[in-house]
Amino acid sequence: MHSQIEQAIAAELYGEPVETEDSPQSSAIIGKLSRRKFLKISGGGAAMALAMQIVPGAAMAYDPYPTGAEGMPNGTVVDPHVFVEIAPDGTVTLTTHRSEMGTGAKTGVPMVLADEMEADWSRVVLRQAEGDEPKYGNQDTDGSRSLRHYLQPMRQMGASVRSMLEQAAAKQWGVEADQVIAENHEVHMKDGSKKIGYGDIAAEAMALEVPAFEELSFKTEDQFRYMGKGEVPMYDLHDITTGKARYGADITLDGMKFAAVARPPVVGARVESVDDSDAMKVPGVERIVNIDGSMPPAKFAPLGGVAVVASNTWAAIKGRDALKIQWSDSPHGEYNSKAYAEQMRATAKKPGKVMRKVGDPDAAFSNAARVFSQEYYQPHMQHAQMEPLVAVADFKDGKLNIWAPVQSPYGARTDTAAALGMDAADVTVEVSLLGGGFGRKSKCDYVIEAALVSKEIGAPVKLQWTREDDIRHGFYHTTSVEHLEAALDGDDKVIGWRHRSVSPTIFSTFVEDPLHTSGLEAGMGLVDTPIGVENLVVESGEAKSHTRIGWFRSVSNIPRAWGVQSFIAELAHDLGRDPKDMLIELIGPDRKIDPVAADMKELWNYGEPYEEFPNDTARLRGVIELAAEKAGWGKDLPEGEALGIAAHRSFVTYVATVVKVKVGADGSVAVPEVHMAVDCGFCVNPERVASQMEGAAVMGMTLAMHSNINYENGAVTNSNFHDYPVVRINSYPKDVHTHIVDHPFAVHATGVGEPGVPPVAPALANAIFAATGKRFRDMPFGENVG
Amino acid sequence: MAISIKVNGEEHAFDGDPTMPVLWYVRDILNLHGTKFGCGTGQCGACTVHVDGKAQRGCLLSMESVAGRDITTIEGLDPNGDHPVQKAWRVNNVPQCGYCQAGQIMNAASLLENNPKASSEEIEQQMTGNICRCGCYQRIQAAVEMAASEMEG
Ligand code: FES
Ligand code: FES
Repeated sequence: MHSQIEQAIAAELYGEPVETEDSPQSSAIIGKLSRRKFLKISGGGAAMALAMQIVPGAAMAYDPYPTGAEGMPNGTVVDPHVFVEIAPDGTVTLTTHRSEMGTGAKTGVPMVLADEMEADWSRVVLRQAEGDEPKYGNQDTDGSRSLRHYLQPMRQMGASVRSMLEQAAAKQWGVEADQVIAENHEVHMKDGSKKIGYGDIAAEAMALEVPAFEELSFKTEDQFRYMGKGEVPMYDLHDITTGKARYGADITLDGMKFAAVARPPVVGARVESVDDSDAMKVPGVERIVNIDGSMPPAKFAPLGGVAVVASNTWAAIKGRDALKIQWSDSPHGEYNSKAYAEQMRATAKKPGKVMRKVGDPDAAFSNAARVFSQEYYQPHMQHAQMEPLVAVADFKDGKLNIWAPVQSPYGARTDTAAALGMDAADVTVEVSLLGGGFGRKSKCDYVIEAALVSKEIGAPVKLQWTREDDIRHGFYHTTSVEHLEAALDGDDKVIGWRHRSVSPTIFSTFVEDPLHTSGLEAGMGLVDTPIGVENLVVESGEAKSHTRIGWFRSVSNIPRAWGVQSFIAELAHDLGRDPKDMLIELIGPDRKIDPVAADMKELWNYGEPYEEFPNDTARLRGVIELAAEKAGWGKDLPEGEALGIAAHRSFVTYVATVVKVKVGADGSVAVPEVHMAVDCGFCVNPERVASQMEGAAVMGMTLAMHSNINYENGAVTNSNFHDYPVVRINSYPKDVHTHIVDHPFAVHATGVGEPGVPPVAPALANAIFAATGKRFRDMPFGENVG
Repeated sequence: MAISIKVNGEEHAFDGDPTMPVLWYVRDILNLHGTKFGCGTGQCGACTVHVDGKAQRGCLLSMESVAGRDITTIEGLDPNGDHPVQKAWRVNNVPQCGYCQAGQIMNAASLLENNPKASSEEIEQQMTGNICRCGCYQRIQAAVEMAASEMEG
């Protein structure tokens, strides 16, 4: 069991598995036969919880299943009046309550509703929801769960509206509802005698009672118009290509000021003195505002510092750079990446806290003919989303209005309200497009800063972070050492497995000095390892955090996949085996891992009920074989070319990656081809899945080759793209092929925003080894290639 | 003395800080928000505009250095957004978050304007100045090649 604190944080941040009446003890496992679904229906303004018995009936084209959605803060809201509006001219306005940061969620989620209600997408307008979870349900756009959680609610609302439109038309024509059918924005008499547009009966239809779930009929899969097709482009595509799309910094208010902030170089340091004489001389600079500091654990509180307020962004940045600030010492002023890595390596050599144990690993290791062991390192990393942080805030007459690119608009609203001592009812948060997020924009320190400055100066303000600010004052991806051991008997059979992870936890951002990886992070490729070796132990070593740690796309799955998937290829090489065969053999026979027998009963399964979203090794093997086959695994390659493979389950999605490398005459390494095989259950939008896999290949390669946030005396030494480089078009993985495992709707849809990243770095390192014999165990290794 | 400058065909006079980069001038003073801030140091290309028809980094160009010049931002590339590069971008569903894309499109448009027969290698070389953190490079490459064949044809 997670500790109570962990559980509380987990519930707030990630959601917890659904609690049902049927399973009071084991929240993670829900009996399939007594399946119940709890839907929060908000009708007529009053929200009430409604438990519905789902009885599969003739009308039901799919069997509904529980997800972790209800365990998220504020659950789901399944009320078409909240999400759907139909104008007399037929325009259908759908409210999209997920943030768009590049995954396509803004389009993909309401597209499901449009499909199920038989709306013509060309007549659909999307309205971005403000931050209001009691009204819309959970809005945290993270954890790769927008479709995982909202596919069913969207279908239900779509089916409801379709039914209401049919009923209204039938009534108008004086016929029974079963004589009419809705199709592509019109209701027809089934005999073809009459038809009416959605707009012409919208008022009557929307005044009808919303049908209960069991009265609804759902489309069959062959009737899907948009789902599974990949033909609906992202809603903002045209605006993006013409410069009209609106991101955080593109909001302008009358009388708005511009601000930039000098923040402490070391987390926890405070302003001792400030000389603003040069700053005030910069043309356009108007005021200096102090922002109170914070010491972790402080959740998303601003780091503090000095804001320069000016008449334009340039003046604000120039003024900020001209400040002379004396900073206090901080207890984290001794943090040095090199020394800390050594400390983690030392810890990784000693026994840690046991988090999972099967069989008798101690005996296996003491009886082993030999032990094969390696260690893998990953430094801190930073999101470096393309759009630096920015927020616009307007505090006036006791009310606060915010416009910002946020992944968690309601969290930003409540946290900002709390920071200003306000009631959340007096705060609004409007969500712009996000120029990338990758988890950084789930943490609203930048929004709070803007709100504090606006309140202080009594005017609206746009508070802009520079790239340097973004890289130096982040919530960083954790650093880690992954230590792996395989016990081998005299016949080189693997009889024991040990995985020890040493990594400061995200929870250090929320609670005082936790020393071990949390239950959430342990569920990301450590405790949930699919390795089927009979005697297996998973351990965590102590690691204290000295910076602000936060989730980064794929989170702890990155170091775990890096360690495990590199290690397996190394072991294969040591034993003279094929790495793909070795990987499949170590995963073992096809099975849905039994969490009790496998000592994983407290496994955090991404907030999902385990029985519905089990760790299914057949699906993992499936993507490995698919990627291998498509990449031509085992076939002869020209001199200097080689393949590497890796696979990982994360966010309840399975991905395998095969990377091809090509070594040039000068020793340089290029990646001409990548194969990403993904099993995400029913695939709602194959086009965006491919785009996420292509992006994951690029980001994975950046992490592997370049990403290294370095601390010296507590301060990040990186500053911009010259010392925190990313892959560019001259070195990207050229030809990324996405292979999606085809599944019907019955195989629960899962997300793809994060799962593509973890296998890329180890697949690349494994390919480089196969081509050159050079093995990299420390990320990033770009400087040592060639 | 005010700096005079043409932006998307319109004359403007600017009498603010002559060291202000064109990026912040078009964004904060003219409220043309299509041009983006990504790094402020000439490393990402998000701020790309055309100066007398050639792609330049708006974050590195001071207003005094472009006095009397003709600037085009993404808003001025084509009145209907139908420049061959923009169309190719949509056909290929290039963007993810979209934030880098105006800069990418402006750079690609300038490249093809000046070298409509650009080879894959030339495209790659010129587009290397533009970062896409979402990793849309494969589609960027395909879209520029598609636009090139249209412009040539
Ligand atoms: S903002 Fe100008 S190159 Fe990055
Ligand atoms: S599309 Fe997001 S940075 Fe390029």
